[in-house]
Amino acid sequence: MFRPEYITDLEAGLARDAVAFLPELILCVGIVLLLLLRLFRAFDRVHLGWVALGSSVAALAAAVGQWQGAYGFEPLEQPRDSLPLFSGLLVYDNFTIYLRVFLLVFTALIIWLTMLTGIPDREDSADFYCLLFGATLGMCLMSSANHLLMVFIGVEMASLPSYALAGFLKGRRQSSEASLKYVVYGGGASGVMLYGISLLAGKFGTASLPALAGQYIAALQPGGGLGVDAVLVLGTLFLVIGIAFKLAAVPFHFWCPDVFEGASAEVAGFLSVASKGAALALLGRVVFTFGGLDRAVTTQASSLGVAEYLLPTLAVFAAVTATFGNLAAYLQTNLKRLLAYSTIAHAGYMMMGLAALTRDGAGAVLFYLIAYLFMNLGAFAVVAILRNQTGSEDLSSFRGLVRRAPVLTVALSVFLLSLLGIPPLVGFAAKFQIFRVLYEGGQHYGNIGQPHLGYWLYALLVIGGLNTVLSVVYYLKVLKVMILETTLEEVEGRPSPPLGAPGASVLYASLLAVVILVAGILWDPLARVSDRGVDRFRDSPPGKEVARAATEVRP
Amino acid sequence: MQEIDLIWMSLLIFIPTVFAIGLLLFPKGWEEGMRWWSLFGTALTLGVSLVIFIWYLQMNQTFPGGAASGSASLSARADALDNAQLGAVQKGYDWLGRVPWIPRFSINYYLGLDGISMALILLTTVVSFVAMIASWRIDRYVRGYCILFLLLETGMVGTFLALDFFLFYIFWEVMLLPMYFLIGIWGGPRREYAAIKFFLYTLLGSVFILIALLAFYFTDVRDFVPQQVVDQAARDRMTEDQRRLGGRDYERALLRVRDGIEVTDQGDVKKVGEAVAVNTFDLMVLQRVGQAALQYLPDRDGRRAGGIDAVESPGLKAARDEAKKNPTAKNQALLKAAEGRVTGQSFFTQGFQYTMFLLLFVGFAIKLPMFPFHTWLPDAHVEAPTPISMILAGILLKMGGYGILRIAYPICPWAAESLAWWVSLFGIINIVYGAFAAMAQTDFKKLVAYSSISHMGYVILGIAVWSVAKGGDYWAFGMNGAMYQMLGHGISSAGMFFLVGVIYDRAHHRNLDNFRGLAEPMPLYTGMSAVIFFAGMGLPGLCGFIGEVMVVLATWEFSKVFAVLAAITVVITAAYILWTIQRVYLGVNPAYKNYKDMDLREIACAVPLVVLAVVLGVAPQWVLSWMEPSVSHFITQQVARMGP
Repeated sequence: MFRPEYITDLEAGLARDAVAFLPELILCVGIVLLLLLRLFRAFDRVHLGWVALGSSVAALAAAVGQWQGAYGFEPLEQPRDSLPLFSGLLVYDNFTIYLRVFLLVFTALIIWLTMLTGIPDREDSADFYCLLFGATLGMCLMSSANHLLMVFIGVEMASLPSYALAGFLKGRRQSSEASLKYVVYGGGASGVMLYGISLLAGKFGTASLPALAGQYIAALQPGGGLGVDAVLVLGTLFLVIGIAFKLAAVPFHFWCPDVFEGASAEVAGFLSVASKGAALALLGRVVFTFGGLDRAVTTQASSLGVAEYLLPTLAVFAAVTATFGNLAAYLQTNLKRLLAYSTIAHAGYMMMGLAALTRDGAGAVLFYLIAYLFMNLGAFAVVAILRNQTGSEDLSSFRGLVRRAPVLTVALSVFLLSLLGIPPLVGFAAKFQIFRVLYEGGQHYGNIGQPHLGYWLYALLVIGGLNTVLSVVYYLKVLKVMILETTLEEVEGRPSPPLGAPGASVLYASLLAVVILVAGILWDPLARVSDRGVDRFRDSPPGKEVARAATEVRP
Repeated sequence: MQEIDLIWMSLLIFIPTVFAIGLLLFPKGWEEGMRWWSLFGTALTLGVSLVIFIWYLQMNQTFPGGAASGSASLSARADALDNAQLGAVQKGYDWLGRVPWIPRFSINYYLGLDGISMALILLTTVVSFVAMIASWRIDRYVRGYCILFLLLETGMVGTFLALDFFLFYIFWEVMLLPMYFLIGIWGGPRREYAAIKFFLYTLLGSVFILIALLAFYFTDVRDFVPQQVVDQAARDRMTEDQRRLGGRDYERALLRVRDGIEVTDQGDVKKVGEAVAVNTFDLMVLQRVGQAALQYLPDRDGRRAGGIDAVESPGLKAARDEAKKNPTAKNQALLKAAEGRVTGQSFFTQGFQYTMFLLLFVGFAIKLPMFPFHTWLPDAHVEAPTPISMILAGILLKMGGYGILRIAYPICPWAAESLAWWVSLFGIINIVYGAFAAMAQTDFKKLVAYSSISHMGYVILGIAVWSVAKGGDYWAFGMNGAMYQMLGHGISSAGMFFLVGVIYDRAHHRNLDNFRGLAEPMPLYTGMSAVIFFAGMGLPGLCGFIGEVMVVLATWEFSKVFAVLAAITVVITAAYILWTIQRVYLGVNPAYKNYKDMDLREIACAVPLVVLAVVLGVAPQWVLSWMEPSVSHFITQQVARMGP
């Protein structure tokens, strides 16, 4: 597998690759710094949140710099060929840059939140932030993986710290239970995925995604049907299962509600956004590479044969995940559990965007991720703040909250309504783009003579719409409890005491709410940027035109 | 200032929002100040709407050619606006204005006004103002109430002004949440149930509308917009391709094969323009496409053959002229492509027209509400506090009618014509069912709620009586009747809910069987009630009569059975209203002897409604003179396209 020219390549491009890898390297420095500082007496009993925040902001600055075109790279606005890093293990393209900024913005925000809510305490801060950075590093690798080996390493690197984070509240039984459940499920899923990877790599003799995709497409020609060998089917299926586990897609979602309930709200928020975002990015990359939409795949065969079964599979996954998530959320009384099912449903919506197998679909998902970052982080942040004040995460303890903490309640309402997709909040803009992509995709497949693929997407559109109506009930249930119902004190005729949440926390939540409102009204710039993020992809799976184009221009 | 009209319309929409934000600055405990502040906000909105009204009337006179040339018609003015972009005169007072909002999806902040929306906006601002006076009784969480109330007004006015489908949808949805909380927090005992039911029904309707919205957006409308717009789309496409593909020859080759453009043509606006698609949410453009579909599709009775030659489309016409003048193979191919866009696009198929019409119609009919989607209404109306019931009945129901009139009918006219009989059938069911259901109620508010259902049936019927006999005169009559019915019902139902609220504040119950003899202690109240209830009953000389009689007359030409049924129901309406008046006001009842008559605030609230009920009843010409041209222009256009 390692031929000498790989090593020469690696040496030649190492400096350039290292610069492209700068944000991750800064994260590594941050980890080392956090661990080393503990050796000094002066930092022994200090909360290291500021160090972590500083490192993550530095990493973010590096990532934004790459976005803007610093260090000799072209800015995001320019056309860019994907740049393989480290002899093709990773890839550096707009998709990578976009997702890295997304992940690092989120890490910085979550560190800020943990500093406000006081989890972790001073003692544990170094461990907590090390784990957080480790997981973030893994997620960055997931979003830039270009090789099945890196897919596995990325997933594992994101998972292992997450297991520890889920069990971080050492005193709580539930927390340890959550962690154990996560490890067991996660271990199983990794094993299955590794098996799938070995099958695929064994069959095609390569593990590099673009090279593998070329052979994959050639093996599955349109009209060839599914009469392909079991190795290929199993390999793909196992790989997808591994990713679906990270994504908490039904039926691999069982860990999600338990882990979210057991872990602290901050960790749950981190897992729900970052972990899901990275898993979606990975799924998108794998699916779009295998579907022939990635420009690095220069096969001369039509990839409609792959789309033929990839699209229905994703569509079914997406429909089941969204519907199940929304239905299961009905019965929840624990706010974190309810949000866990809501995140499952949202994973379903985002998979709908990927299922269209169009460039705009990937763009819509990138937009959705940003919207989802703010609304989900906001929801979990408010839960964490309320937990600190009331000591409970149960819905019943939030009765009549609007009288006790009006600003927080309004902020949480904004987050939940945005998750529901009510305009003019950013959640609506995101959902609208997903629906738009489904209709456009349906029309597109009809136009190129594959109407049956189009019907899947039309069906998804209807299911997505009905799911929105389904989800009204449980999001509004939270609003109802907080706003329409009265507090116990009021029932007894006493004035209900104000909650007295710290001003900084309230400000944090309000800021997120304002972002959601503003981004919901002026979402053109964000939509434009997410479109840049998918510049790497072709409009849709190439059909008959590839053969004709290939005769005219050699790729 | 070039777009002064856009600024005024935006003011009208966002003044309530600004006042709502202002409420946040009030210190705790200043409830009275908050109420006055909100009242001032609604009053200012009312004032602005009156200013705009006067300007609108002036425009009708100053517009080149006057009202006759189509200044009253939104679509005629929109054509002028589109052409103005070609470099002709810019008009700051054409009561149309747009600025790009989300250019990536060609979504514009596009507002416009004609007789139809003007009438409904005036209704909105008047009823909101009156409802704010009626809100003085609200004493829990006044700040929250006023904020939600004002946001609701923004949503309502915005819906009536929006001419971009996406913008319309946003405003439509914006109304949802304030209404949910207004019912859910300040409502009666079953408020939570009523609020969630209202929310679910309306959101389901919204999802239908959203799907139709997407389907319209993905229709290629390039043959229905000026050439400049197509060129601009081509330029955008070229910049985008250049940016995305750079020097990648293979990708360019792929794109070329897909679009059928030569690689060397990639830099040529004209060539790229021949392959580029134009998508829009512009309701005026979509109406043009809808009218073309009406011309293209054959009639079911065989009166119209339809076909490609009947289609009226600037792009198609240009291609045809060019091919005739200069019959090269290239021009022939372009003509073929242009024709293919009509014959090949799903928009121009019967199935699409039916589906989209049904999606839109059901989406709007839920709000209207139409049987069998009406069940949210009695719950919501009964549980909502008095001022909110006034808004619900007075304005929100009109949203449904407005949506059908502005969106469903003009964009899907072919399906609307084919389904006219069914739509009127549902109108009749609404009328009859609502009236009988109202008769059976013992709850005063529920009675008014069901009478609303019955009255909104006339709106459906008036819109649906599609008959081109006598050049569409009867249909125009019915359509105008439906509009007038919306206005009349807006006044009378808001009044009825207010009057029920007045007596509820004193008696603390609404059971019709337990009243009696209110006329003796409350003569003023009884007098006002008589006017408003008779207006609701449709007594000649009051606002309810005009709309009903116009609709029934127009129906006669369409279906005699329906007309008879609609007319007979007037008797049932009279029965339940008279019976109500008898049960509540007449007779003697010692228990209510010491009730105070209406106080100053209640009089201030009721008088505008009573006056309007009388004025609209005795001087319909005053309203019809500026509302009718807008309605009739749509009909004349329609009839002209359908042939005799």
